[in-house]
Amino acid sequence: MMGLRVLLIKELREQLRTNRLLAVTAVFVIFGIVSPLTDRYMKQLFDAIGSESAGMSFVVPPPSLAGAADQILKNLSQFGIICALLLAMGSVAWEKDRGTAGMILTKPASRAAFLAAKLIAISITLGIATLLGCGFAYAYVTLLYPTTFALGGYVAMTLLLWWMLVGFAAITVLGSSLTRSAIAAAGIGLVALLVLGILAQLPVIGDYMPTSLGTIALNVVLGQSPGFVLGPILFNIALVPVLFGITWLTFRRQEL
Amino acid sequence: MDAATVALIVIPLALLELGLMLYALYDLFQEDRRVRGDSKIMWALIIAFVNGLGPLIYFFVGRDDSRGAATSQLPAASTDSIARILATWPALPATPDAAVSTTGLTKRYGAGVVALDHLDLTVPSGSIFGFLGPNGAGKTTTLRLLTGLATATEGTGSVAGVRIGGTGGELARNIGYLDQDPRFYSWMRGRELLNMVGRLHGLSGEGLRRRVGEVLEIVGLTGAASRRIGGYSGGMRQRLGIGQALINQPRVLFLDEPVSSLDPEGRRDVLQIISGLRGTATVFMSTHILSDVERVCDRVAILNLGHLVVEGPIDELLDRYAQPIYEIEPEPQQPGAIDRLAATLRVQAWAHEVKTTPDTVRVFVDDPKVAGPAILPLVAASGVNVVRYERVRPSLEDVFLRLVAESGPAIAPSVAIPAWGLDGRGRR
Repeated sequence: MMGLRVLLIKELREQLRTNRLLAVTAVFVIFGIVSPLTDRYMKQLFDAIGSESAGMSFVVPPPSLAGAADQILKNLSQFGIICALLLAMGSVAWEKDRGTAGMILTKPASRAAFLAAKLIAISITLGIATLLGCGFAYAYVTLLYPTTFALGGYVAMTLLLWWMLVGFAAITVLGSSLTRSAIAAAGIGLVALLVLGILAQLPVIGDYMPTSLGTIALNVVLGQSPGFVLGPILFNIALVPVLFGITWLTFRRQEL
Repeated sequence: MDAATVALIVIPLALLELGLMLYALYDLFQEDRRVRGDSKIMWALIIAFVNGLGPLIYFFVGRDDSRGAATSQLPAASTDSIARILATWPALPATPDAAVSTTGLTKRYGAGVVALDHLDLTVPSGSIFGFLGPNGAGKTTTLRLLTGLATATEGTGSVAGVRIGGTGGELARNIGYLDQDPRFYSWMRGRELLNMVGRLHGLSGEGLRRRVGEVLEIVGLTGAASRRIGGYSGGMRQRLGIGQALINQPRVLFLDEPVSSLDPEGRRDVLQIISGLRGTATVFMSTHILSDVERVCDRVAILNLGHLVVEGPIDELLDRYAQPIYEIEPEPQQPGAIDRLAATLRVQAWAHEVKTTPDTVRVFVDDPKVAGPAILPLVAASGVNVVRYERVRPSLEDVFLRLVAESGPAIAPSVAIPAWGLDGRGRR
């Protein structure tokens, strides 16, 4: 891909200079810390304020590794998806709107390289943030609980979580390439999120949706049998290059 | 919970939150101090009260990368300096081949809008070519087709011997392009942008460093090379735009309205750079500022409503199409003199058009042999005393206005323009 190296360096520099890497990493680290703490002390907190008040009773499960893993995955995937949308929504749309895409593409740089540099840079940002967020979460689980997660399973969970976020970023980059408005691109990403959420509830099809990676990750980290995983994992691994291919096809002939 | 647990919970979160919050506040106050007065202070206070996601929202939404230190205008490089650098660049080889040629180039959009209609154009290598036309004539569309940013509906074309169509590749190696409203990455520094563009063109190491230095000097941005582009003025952005278009020593340089948004000083600087490129690159410049074209261009084409009206060297066009103009300046303190003179001249059969200013009357005539001897007696008979009477050389603006008016909104390629004896392509 002509110009990929140069454009990737530019994109990574942009992630750093605009503080996006810092901001996204901070969010992941905050929720990486908060998640095990929530599970560990939620019951104590409710016990302290009284689990029965105003006629309502709260049933808070006791802290456990399973609860911690659930909190970590839930928080990091929810806020991770928001971060993926925020990172990707303007990636192509803003450049088309401002004319910088035209400036770059009248140079010896292919459109595929232009798009790939963006997706790779966003993936690296999400990767660093996921690694640090999950790293802090692991450290806090180790400090707060009598036992901790098996490292291999935890690393696998981190990778699955990251790839799920990359999938959402790829969908939003596709949306961003279809429009000149970052808001519209975010809208496309959110609609895709909604559709995928609905599809995830369907039998069979649901097993292949990006969100299914979260379920697999939870089972993997807890050392439980994840069941049928090869198909969904391969499908989601292939999903990102397929989405990239569609993005390139739509962007290839666009007038800038 | 014991104290250690509380510390474990509170300290890292508080430090993270505090750090991000302080940075966001610092950044916003700096921005206010530099550029905006106090418009964002309220935002900063709101952010101070929101939770951990506040800084995140700030980084993506509230932050304005276009801010920066207040910039003063930098002087452009001297003509000598530009000439000295460009003398070391490879000269354009003498070739009879056209730098730009198009055949039947057409661009239609939906709903039957024809932005460009069968453009046949040949731009000789080495020329500084002015591409003129009123707003909406199809100038930008032509440039976008020639640079590969848009795709022609019909017709073909080549630039520097490379067939047009699509971005990247061989065409991109041979051209430089400056957009009408050049926008760059505001977080980048000027030198970084030129380095990036140079690397895309395959430059590296010492060669890249030297070329970037030369280009910065040509465009007069050496002193601002380390500043963020977000803090550049419009004129500096325009010069940086020319710089990025020059980094590959292009054979053909496309400039879309390069001076239209600049103040007189900025226009002068940019025109000086363009003029200095004579012999180094073919410059294809779209504009509607005709005085600038007369200053730097040697050939022009006039486009109207997507049709080529006329094309050729400026002097030739002036000789061929300019109507003789007689200018009469009455003595001051003669109430109604201008109107009286104009009324007298307007009714003459040889007067094609009479225009007035507060001080002068301009008579456009069809045949100077008839009009010349007739004007002075008419002036004398009107009883107006004059301080000046002369036949003036028509400007490109006069030619442009007349040709565009004659080509009119109803022009079609096959329709002749009887008054001028031109066919639809602007040829006699």
